[in-house]
Amino acid sequence: MFGNLSDRLIETFKNLRSKGKLSPADIDATLREIRRALLEADVALEVVKNFTTAVRERALGDEVSKALNPAQQVVQIVNEELVKILGGEQRKLSFAKTAPTVIMLAGLQGSGKTTLAGKLAKWLKDQGQTPILVAADLQRPNAVNQLQVVGERIGVPVFAPEPGNGVGNPVSVAKDSIKHAKQKMFSVVIVDTAGRLGIDEELMTQAKDISKAVDPDEVLFVIDSMIGQDAVNVAKAFDDGVGITGVVLTKLDGDARGGAALSVASVTGKPILFASNGEGMDAFEPFYPDRMASRILDMGDVLTLIEQTQKNFDESEARAMAEKLAKDTFTLEDFLDQMQQLKKMGSLKSMLAMMPGAGQMRNQLENFDEREIVRTEAIIRSMTPAERRQPKLLNGSRRSRIAKGSGMTVTDVNSLVNRFEQAAKMMKTVAKGGVPQMPGMPGMPGMGGGFVGGKAKSKGKDKKGSKSGNPAKRAAEEAARALGQKPGEASSGSGSAFGLGK
Amino acid sequence: MAFQFWKRKREEPVAVEQVIAENTTEQTAVITTESTSEVAAEIQPKPELEKVELPKRSARKGIRALFSKIKFDLENLDELEDILIQSDFGVDASAAIVASVKEIAKKTSAKTENDLKKILIDVLAENLENKDKALNLSDGNTPYVVLVVGVNGVGKTTTIGKLSKWLVQGGFQVMIGAADTFRAAAVDQVATWAERAGAKLIRPKTEGQDPASVAFEATEAAINSGSDVLIIDTAGRLQNKADLMNELDKIRRVVEKQAKIAEVLLVIDATTGQNGLAQAKAFAEVAKVTGVVLTKLDGTAKGGIVYSIQQELGIPVKLVGVGEGIDDFSFFDAQEFARGLVGQEG
Repeated sequence: MFGNLSDRLIETFKNLRSKGKLSPADIDATLREIRRALLEADVALEVVKNFTTAVRERALGDEVSKALNPAQQVVQIVNEELVKILGGEQRKLSFAKTAPTVIMLAGLQGSGKTTLAGKLAKWLKDQGQTPILVAADLQRPNAVNQLQVVGERIGVPVFAPEPGNGVGNPVSVAKDSIKHAKQKMFSVVIVDTAGRLGIDEELMTQAKDISKAVDPDEVLFVIDSMIGQDAVNVAKAFDDGVGITGVVLTKLDGDARGGAALSVASVTGKPILFASNGEGMDAFEPFYPDRMASRILDMGDVLTLIEQTQKNFDESEARAMAEKLAKDTFTLEDFLDQMQQLKKMGSLKSMLAMMPGAGQMRNQLENFDEREIVRTEAIIRSMTPAERRQPKLLNGSRRSRIAKGSGMTVTDVNSLVNRFEQAAKMMKTVAKGGVPQMPGMPGMPGMGGGFVGGKAKSKGKDKKGSKSGNPAKRAAEEAARALGQKPGEASSGSGSAFGLGK
Repeated sequence: MAFQFWKRKREEPVAVEQVIAENTTEQTAVITTESTSEVAAEIQPKPELEKVELPKRSARKGIRALFSKIKFDLENLDELEDILIQSDFGVDASAAIVASVKEIAKKTSAKTENDLKKILIDVLAENLENKDKALNLSDGNTPYVVLVVGVNGVGKTTTIGKLSKWLVQGGFQVMIGAADTFRAAAVDQVATWAERAGAKLIRPKTEGQDPASVAFEATEAAINSGSDVLIIDTAGRLQNKADLMNELDKIRRVVEKQAKIAEVLLVIDATTGQNGLAQAKAFAEVAKVTGVVLTKLDGTAKGGIVYSIQQELGIPVKLVGVGEGIDDFSFFDAQEFARGLVGQEG
């Protein structure tokens, strides 16, 4: 639809010589593109204006970085400021000193409160809390019923004395729920309320009354990440009307850039506590400001580049590591190790989506079947250790044995081996400093590299295979840069993850 | 608005209005192309249609004016761009609208606030106008199958409740197919609406039944019971999930085995930002959307995204929802919408 911000910035600065110094004109040109990107990401106009003004001031006053060109420097400032607003007030859910902790949910119709109530309850339950859900949405047809079904699915009790559908008083339900929770020793009470418009005075008063009745420790404002410019009005209205303490962003598994997060955070000054990103009851996690900043800007790859340039990455060291990779044969065992690490880290999809450069790949990622990993794992696990180390051993009869053992077909085994070989070959090429030719195998350096290397680093238990990704990717980027390509280009495109997709 | 709706005449005599000759001829033509042998077999050279009058509705109360803060004059035309952006028209569309207004203002040497407002209304209305804005409930090909699609939480089920009530009031026999078998208690929710509206409901036989098979059964039931309209509720799905979008494609194909689909309505929440265009593109491609329903216009959101949807994809807005009440629902009128936005009475 639109070129992403990184494309357009590159376009903007194509004719601009790298001056090593930020001129006001450079800054303004960059900021124009950033303004547009933010607006297209649905950041509210007033927020964009304040934001760009702040960035401009800082950019003019900032020391000039030798490592970065003007565009990069402005982008870096933008990113830092974004993270500052999104995560400035970062905090965890606050619990009451004496149980129960009361969490009230509020938001517009259709923002996803009931589903979120379930996810939050499950998350708390998994942490050893004993939550109870309260059905105080007596307005929407069968909202009570929906909450009961959700409660049943996750094994959390639901306090629902009223049938709903317009029958019953939500304020008294909320009030009674606290008594009930105290009696039955529940540690957390989650109050689901009806969706309401910020301008509906009657319903906002009711929300306030519910809040008074339950004296919540948290009032979480639930907002759809697809919301547009109206986010500011809605957030203000709820903050004024009910007094929110935190924000939850829902439906982040869509392809909306989610500028609303920035609008809400900067207008209310309230922290975004959670992000909900899927239909499953587990698709729920703490909010990561840096990921959100990248998503709003949709320019993870440029940010990565900046990060790397800044770290004054030692190229010779990278080469040395890459050489090592090229000599050491990358085996199916390493591959399996990598995969197991990935699995430990949770949903591959959501992790990949956070990856720099995944902008264009997001759609493909969305359709990437995670069961493919399980299948691949099954195939590799059906090989003997020797076969894993030396895939060349795999003759016809061995392949058919592996196929039987893993419940797959020989074709599946063949295709895995083929893809593995291509990948290994390409890693060598990259390691030698060449630009890989990868028919049918794009996405590899980015996947096997930045992803595993970048994430696994913090886990501190890298095996040879996983660590090797990093230099490979870096080398690829170095090479790409040398050819005047934009970084990330080599690692994106059609196709799916390393040896996994079909 | 003077849309014409026709249903097949039933055996029991109702208040019959004379059927226009043209319509009858059209009807015959459609029947002969009908592939269902049953219909083709019962040779009805002049199947009689009966006119349906839907109660008059207006969405006016839901549309909020753009200009509460500023005075609208020639100097403020740049500020107009900001206001349009704040109404989710998008960067490009906003710039284009302002450019058009400026150009016309220059040509006609318009100066007063009223002149400028009028120009803006014309620009907005003209670009939002679409010749296919009427619901296609007139060709006599009953049951008219209406498929309702959209992302999660936009108000599909509520829309179905409101639309059913309206159609029932007009005299259509309405059946609803509850093919949202995914979300917890979605079937019960639509059942409540069906009851309020006086429509029949086809439920899934088992929990979590394949939505396409529910749609198939509903179509069958609608044909067998001689219903005039079949509205199929589908689960909310984000447009970037290929599996779920394929499921929608399957629902459409399965229904088409038995009946023509009269309308595929994409429900869009008025608060939706620029992602609305991505939604419309994806759903149009997979589900062949014939119209947009703009919901929740009673809030502070202006729904400017429909402008881009109409401009870029040519998909008309057909209906608007303006509240939680079952009657808070109307046809979309580009003039009315534009006037409402600009805050011009009459």
